[in-house]
Amino acid sequence: MNAVTTVIIGAGHAALAMSRCLAGRGIDHVLLERGEVAQSWRTERWDSLRLLTPNWQSRLPGFSYTGNDPDGYRTLPEVVDFIAGYAKWIAAPVRTHTTVTAVRNDGAGYLVRTDRGDWRCRTVVIAAGACNIARVPAFAAHIPPSVATLTAQSYRNSAQVADGGVLVVGASSSGTQIAQELQRSGRQVTLAVGEHIRAPRVYRGKDLEWWMDAAGVLDERYDQIDDITRARRVPSLQLAGTPDRSTLDLNALSAIGVKLTGRLAGITQDGKAQFSGSLRNMCAMSDLKMRRLLELLDEWARANGVDGTVGPPDRLPPTRVEDAPALGMDLVKSGIRTIVWASGYRPDYSWLELPVLDRKGYVTHDGGVVSAPGVYLMGMQFLRRRKSALIDGAGDDARDLSAHLAAYLDNAAPRLSA
Amino acid sequence: MADSSTAKNGVNVQALLDARDALTKAPAAAQFKWRAACEWKNGTHSHSTVESFYGLGAEQNRKTTFNFNADHPEVFASEDKGATPVEFVLVGLASCLTAGIAAVAQNRNIQLKSVTATIEGDMDIAGILGIDSEVRNGFKGITVKYKIDADAKPEDIEALVAQSQKRSAVYDIVTNPTNVTVLVN
Ligand SMILES: Cc1cc2nc3c(=O)[nH]c(=O)nc-3n(C[C@H](O)[C@H](O)[C@H](O)COP(=O)(O)OP(=O)(O)OC[C@H]3O[C@@H](n4cnc5c(N)ncnc54)[C@H](O)[C@@H]3O)c2cc1C
Repeated sequence: MNAVTTVIIGAGHAALAMSRCLAGRGIDHVLLERGEVAQSWRTERWDSLRLLTPNWQSRLPGFSYTGNDPDGYRTLPEVVDFIAGYAKWIAAPVRTHTTVTAVRNDGAGYLVRTDRGDWRCRTVVIAAGACNIARVPAFAAHIPPSVATLTAQSYRNSAQVADGGVLVVGASSSGTQIAQELQRSGRQVTLAVGEHIRAPRVYRGKDLEWWMDAAGVLDERYDQIDDITRARRVPSLQLAGTPDRSTLDLNALSAIGVKLTGRLAGITQDGKAQFSGSLRNMCAMSDLKMRRLLELLDEWARANGVDGTVGPPDRLPPTRVEDAPALGMDLVKSGIRTIVWASGYRPDYSWLELPVLDRKGYVTHDGGVVSAPGVYLMGMQFLRRRKSALIDGAGDDARDLSAHLAAYLDNAAPRLSA
Repeated sequence: MADSSTAKNGVNVQALLDARDALTKAPAAAQFKWRAACEWKNGTHSHSTVESFYGLGAEQNRKTTFNFNADHPEVFASEDKGATPVEFVLVGLASCLTAGIAAVAQNRNIQLKSVTATIEGDMDIAGILGIDSEVRNGFKGITVKYKIDADAKPEDIEALVAQSQKRSAVYDIVTNPTNVTVLVN
């Protein structure tokens, strides 16, 4: 039995940011990682992925971008190098290839079981990722056997995909990027569009992320927002990081021949996809949200004397939608050979044996402070700030939560010894 | 089963069959636009009217303007001045299927004695209250139960109900997606 004050589960950027902050406070800890540092970037993303956040925006405690392309977007290998480089630089105490199989309360503190021995600790930081399992609806069971299925997590590149038609489900960041790549590879792509948030890559000459960072949108706090439950569900911005910094919206996809339909509402027993008739409204709503965001940024620019230093305000044309988008599609007859689910992810807590999960299986927490004393959560959507799930958001959250953790240790019983 | 002249369900099938013939030859006249107008009153109470429609190539007016109040029950802190909109959908489905049953029965020369339906829609209101975005807003499922007394064998009565579903506009509307466009001003 090993003993340590804090066990951090995972060794992604969120876990590492926490490790750095705990080290700064002299709190002994270990990071238990089932694979290598940055495992999800190594094994669960597609090959052509680039971060949608510019290089300058990947900041971790004590660490920031020093290269000569601050406005560029990292490739996947560069992301892995960046996170692995950070782990090395902070000399994070990572135990790799150690899978956590159970976390339970053992009276004095917590027992963390792994496939490589058990740990006792007083505090636990769950930083095991928000995107462990690709979300696939139950009606996927009716997909005809001749149609292959992939998810944004298992999709690597177009070579994996049979020639012919592809249905991509979901039009947020992942779905739009995968749809574009597959259409460009010569396959006819149909994209099922639900709620999505449209955004221009570059606005008034600056990256959209620059605007949101400067105007404080990304720093909005979870306890100052009207409906945090709703805010936590907002899908990822429809942004892609490409060398030409082009906007990847539905108009860009229509222009290369991608067909748009409403959200996939069901698949009948006999293999017919049913699409919601809400496409036009979904697009109108997305256009509206984008205009509101840009208005807010314009207002901020005026109020903060930035107006003269950037380009003039402008607006993208509305999303173009066919008069009568398809409502149904016989998957086999219309030549669909592959379905790619880009319909979101959820975390995997199958190992978490603490009474902290809500009825949907999510950890209940107050800004990352979990209801079990001494347990903390990192890396979730809008955990403490709008930017919490971004690489750039981990630092502030880790600073706050490590302070809370330290105070908890000071007030609670003396630390465990080995 | 009685012969073709004896069933009296009050549906003029001949007129419907004539219309089918006429409209097969003049498909443009088969294009209809059904309409309703809705005005918000107060709270969740709204008042809708149904009056004109377009069909047979011309604007058509009803003999009467039909009025519908919609509201929500007191358990929703509303004033219960009318059925809820989802109950209107149930009414629409049940009455459409029932009209169909009468028409098909007449066409098949089946004398109906009584037809009653109860219709129930299951809904998890966590969707409409914004508690859980994965719960759909609409019905999880709808069950219609018919009690039919008619001069016909049980399997013929079943076939009647099945054919009514095949011809029902509202059945199609609730079982298949429809493109909906909402415009403001
Ligand atoms: C497709 C995609 C694109 C993204 N693009 C960007 C972007 O451009 N910019 C940006 O800032 N963010 C981006 N993100 C978001 C952000 O990086 C993720 O939210 C991030 O993965 C969260 O970081 P993390 O450290 O919490 O989790 P992860 O990086 O997923 O790390 C969790 C770690 O925990 C380990 N683990 C899980 N379960 C166990 C277990 N039982 N035992 C031991 N170890 C375990 C995993 O192996 C993994 O290494 C993207 C996310 C996705 C999915």
